[in-house]
Amino acid sequence: MDLILVNLIDGLVTGLLLFMLSAGLTLIFSMMGVLNFAHASFYMLGAYFAYQVSVYLGFWMGLLIAPPAVGLVGAMIERYGLRRVHQYGHVPELIFTFGLALLIEEAVQFIWGKDQIAYNIPEVLQFTAFSIAGNSIPAYKVFMIFISVAIFLALLFVLTRTRVGMIIQAALSYPRTVEALGHNVPLIFMGVFGVGTGLAGVAGVIAGPVLSTFPGMAVVLGSIVFVTIVIGGLGSLWGALVASLLIGWITTFAKSYNLRMEDLLTGIGFSRPEPIWDSAWADLWTLTSPQIADILPYLLMILILAFRPYGLFGKRDV
Amino acid sequence: MTEPDQKHTPPPARTPVRARPAPVTLANALPWILGGLFLLAMPFIFQSNSAITIMNQMAITIIFALSYNMLLGQGGMLSFGHAVYMGVGGFLCVHIMNWGDVFALMPLPVLPVFGGVFGMGLALIVGSFSTRKAGTIFAMISLGVGELIAACSVIIVAFFGGEEGISGDRTYGLPFFGVEFLHQIEVYYLTAFWLMLSALLMFLFSRTPIGRMANAVRDNPERAEFLGYSARWVRFYSFVAAGFFAGIAGGLFAINYEILTEENLNLATSGQILLVTFLGGVGFFFGPILGAILFTLLQTVLSLQTEIWQLYVGVLFLATVMYFPGGLAGVLMMHALPLRLGQAGLLVGPYIRTLVPAVVCALGAASAMEILFHLRHAALGESEMTLFWITFDSHAPLPLAIAAVAAVAGFWLARRSAPAMAEAWHKASTPHGGAA
Repeated sequence: MDLILVNLIDGLVTGLLLFMLSAGLTLIFSMMGVLNFAHASFYMLGAYFAYQVSVYLGFWMGLLIAPPAVGLVGAMIERYGLRRVHQYGHVPELIFTFGLALLIEEAVQFIWGKDQIAYNIPEVLQFTAFSIAGNSIPAYKVFMIFISVAIFLALLFVLTRTRVGMIIQAALSYPRTVEALGHNVPLIFMGVFGVGTGLAGVAGVIAGPVLSTFPGMAVVLGSIVFVTIVIGGLGSLWGALVASLLIGWITTFAKSYNLRMEDLLTGIGFSRPEPIWDSAWADLWTLTSPQIADILPYLLMILILAFRPYGLFGKRDV
Repeated sequence: MTEPDQKHTPPPARTPVRARPAPVTLANALPWILGGLFLLAMPFIFQSNSAITIMNQMAITIIFALSYNMLLGQGGMLSFGHAVYMGVGGFLCVHIMNWGDVFALMPLPVLPVFGGVFGMGLALIVGSFSTRKAGTIFAMISLGVGELIAACSVIIVAFFGGEEGISGDRTYGLPFFGVEFLHQIEVYYLTAFWLMLSALLMFLFSRTPIGRMANAVRDNPERAEFLGYSARWVRFYSFVAAGFFAGIAGGLFAINYEILTEENLNLATSGQILLVTFLGGVGFFFGPILGAILFTLLQTVLSLQTEIWQLYVGVLFLATVMYFPGGLAGVLMMHALPLRLGQAGLLVGPYIRTLVPAVVCALGAASAMEILFHLRHAALGESEMTLFWITFDSHAPLPLAIAAVAAVAGFWLARRSAPAMAEAWHKASTPHGGAA
């Protein structure tokens, strides 16, 4: 029971982190129809920018400065890169963002090198917040949860309660009409792209110290973020939240409970071949749930795409 | 700018208005004959072992890129997981190599067929649900399947060999007319044979009604459906055929390197073939061939010269996507009309005026990058570096300043004369030099 609680918290942290990335990605997609392949790269940029700032001004200034800087980079890329490619259609856009992901990874290696950098949790947060049956929960995890929830609430408020949010929502469905009403739709696009990448930047700033900051960190999370918004339904903020938490919990539980295929197979009446190493089915018999934890999201996505391409909460086809 | 729509321009050696299959004429067959002779002659020109290794790699990449272009260029399907079909084909071929009794009765040149059939089998399964839609959903499914199978390679140890992969020995096969494929050069001719055969088959596939319908479905699936074709099945056939040729490439990879690992399946490899194909140009049949040759050269030659070659390739790729969506082949074919009109001479002057400064700019910028990279990442106390046969101190400001000035000045000059170049191109592409 206690272990379940600990895993729930761990899964929540992973899920909310995923959500911060997928919220921006799904917003960008629903607005511009572009699946930003480089979204996780902006997350990585967030971590590296924050590291660079924290070297001189400390962690908190990094948290303050890095996300807007990432957002600015994102807005510039939208203005001078993506907008140009937009005329060729969606597939070239996807290829463009794919190339961007490659380039950002190379640029990061160029500037900061190939090795992991020493971006650490600030000392103020290096204590145990509370413990559950001997499992200590570090304060930084609690801090991550608070930041993510705060950002989600702020995003929800802006989108549903403010004038800017209304215009954004209108531009989602009827960009031409919104343009005819005198709003600058390309500017809105640029703004949304900037905010979306900035959100990814926030995620990078707070995840960098715990998940380690190295040039491969974008690849580690990149595809999972895609999977998240496809499962949740493209363009749906709630879907992104649910799918993020779902994936966070599924992977955490699969990793911490060592469910073995052997038990399952003997349970349904198969007998274990001896010796196991010579059997053609050795891989199946020795399969455990931590082994497959990382591929469960992909499996889920393929099932969703094959049977319900709208995703869990999506309103339109991919 | 009235850039011709690459997708509608017919491949080389064909006249634009011909609708029904053309008889085999000398003009049609000439590129293939020349290509074959070229492949035969190459080992006599470049005799060193490393050159032959590079050419083998090139040939495999060409087959793989052509197979990828069956999806992206001809079918309009963007795949992020094409490496999987090449990979599984290769893995199967290594397993056959290790299966002594069977392999001893099989001449090595037949082996890639099995890789192809296996790749096709996997494509049959995946294609049955992934080709329902093109565009984003197809891209996402291909990514998911790719990641899934790449991750499985660590789990299904019996087939994929876990983290160290599996290796075999090609020389245990039945000698093929006395050839046991001990030497690289023998493998070269095997690869070259398969390259010619697969390229020809893929070209012929693009001429069949189903290949033609793939183009129609790419451009306007709705209209193709109204004509009575199922867009889904047309995509499915292209997908399966692409899987077959990817498997062939995998089989050749297995013969050439005798080892396959998780690296042959993962997203990095799939992304690389997208890069290769797009750089070469997706609008023409020969585009991926150019891309594969160029990329393999960059990969082998440039990587010896500089550590940050991937950064350059990334910049080149993004510039291609933004400014030359037709790739290298598209840029070359922009000059077909001026040549036919006999006005290519008009272009020489403006090209020199723009491209020379552009090259200076690129070299200057690259030098500045190299100096900065050396400054940041060289071992402590090491400040000497060599660039373009000049050795200097990378910590001194002068070399960096020279490089920066060259880059900026080149950029300014190129930019200033670029409109004149565009003007000249328009003029050269209009009959009678635009006078009429």
